[in-house]
Amino acid sequence: MTKSLLARQAPLADTAYQLTVLTQAEAAGAQLPAFAHRLRESGLLPLQPTKLGVMQINVGKMCNQVCKHCHVDAGPDRTEIMTRETMQLCLDALAQTAIPVVDLTGGAPEMNPDFRWLVEQISALGRQIIVRCNLTIIVANPKYHDLPAFFARHRVRVVSSLPHFAAGRTDAQRGDGVFGRSIRALKMLNEVGYGVEGSGLTLDLVYNPAGAFMPGSQVGLEREFKQRLGREHGVVFNNLLTITNLPVSRFLEYLLESGNYESYMQKLVAAYNPVAAANVMCRSTLSIGWDGQLYDCDFNQMLELPVASPVRHIRDFHETTLAGRAIVINQHCYGCTAGAGSSCGGTTT
Amino acid sequence: MSTYYNPADLAKFGNITEWQPEMGNKFFAYYAEVFKEGALTEREKALIALAVAHAVQCPYCIDAYTTDSLQKGADEAQMMEAVHVAAAIKGGAALVHGVQMMNKAKELSM
Repeated sequence: MTKSLLARQAPLADTAYQLTVLTQAEAAGAQLPAFAHRLRESGLLPLQPTKLGVMQINVGKMCNQVCKHCHVDAGPDRTEIMTRETMQLCLDALAQTAIPVVDLTGGAPEMNPDFRWLVEQISALGRQIIVRCNLTIIVANPKYHDLPAFFARHRVRVVSSLPHFAAGRTDAQRGDGVFGRSIRALKMLNEVGYGVEGSGLTLDLVYNPAGAFMPGSQVGLEREFKQRLGREHGVVFNNLLTITNLPVSRFLEYLLESGNYESYMQKLVAAYNPVAAANVMCRSTLSIGWDGQLYDCDFNQMLELPVASPVRHIRDFHETTLAGRAIVINQHCYGCTAGAGSSCGGTTT
Repeated sequence: MSTYYNPADLAKFGNITEWQPEMGNKFFAYYAEVFKEGALTEREKALIALAVAHAVQCPYCIDAYTTDSLQKGADEAQMMEAVHVAAAIKGGAALVHGVQMMNKAKELSM
């Protein structure tokens, strides 16, 4: 298994260096115009929040996998995880608001020892919970085998990455044997009703391209995934969400090392879609880091670009003050505005 | 090194409309219509295009439809099978003319 950028002491572990790479390319050629320039042309600068619909809490960078495209640089060697005290601050903030959805991500969020406590508390507040489950965690250790039942008890919407219905393409991105373990976990989720029609338990899959290309039609890929996973593995799910890989962290490393960086950025820039730009998820999301710092999205979080607001930590949460901020943008944002758009909920147009 | 094919030229394909806008625009409108999902899915069309790209041995098309096939969700096995379809038809097209050769040879022979 490869290690995180941080464990390898790779230059890209430094977010300032990642931002230098992203902005140098901007200066290098007129073909990569500044993202702010495109937003201005679309009448969207400064980019402002709309109604806050999702509180996305990143409960830590610890993960049982080391995926090649991970924008979090997560892995077993990452120890940064959210404490119960910080979780309580998130719950206090949540209770003050009508935010309907809480999206739990990581790392593998389930590896945080207070994960189940957090789910129970959010559930008690009557909010919808999304967990971004990497699937393999369910079969990684007996203590996680009951996660499907736990999720079902709290009506958690499970959103899981499975980049391809072919084992080879999934394993190339997520690690050897991940596809087989993911199928086992999907079957365990299906057994408790997840993805099964009429159960009310939602199981969505996430498709990230396993390489330097953009996702194709969400509808077409969903149909193909349903056919192939159903026919070959007897697995069912609800929706396929296509997500474009952003040039951040390990995916940025992959792009640079494979010589695809410039052409990938050019593809994203050429596919800029003003409708997708108007619908970017950062306008309706508040992202909270493991240490309670606030960000416009999980990508900004990983680039250490905090919110441009006097309120920068969840302990100081103030919805109206945050609503007046301008969203922090950079060249990586082209990933969310390309083609049919991309967000943690799939396409945006 | 100067070569006949430059990968950067693929992105300039649209420029052909500069010297003949009417025909060029009609071609691209038709092209876009052809590749929309219809009786065939977008992925199936991408794989057909990939096979044809190999049959006509067009480097631009191979570049474009390898990318497009991946984007549409095809995997390596599907893409290589598409190339084998092209190879089988090209090989078969050569071989089936063997019948013409046999006919002619018989015509000329005692």
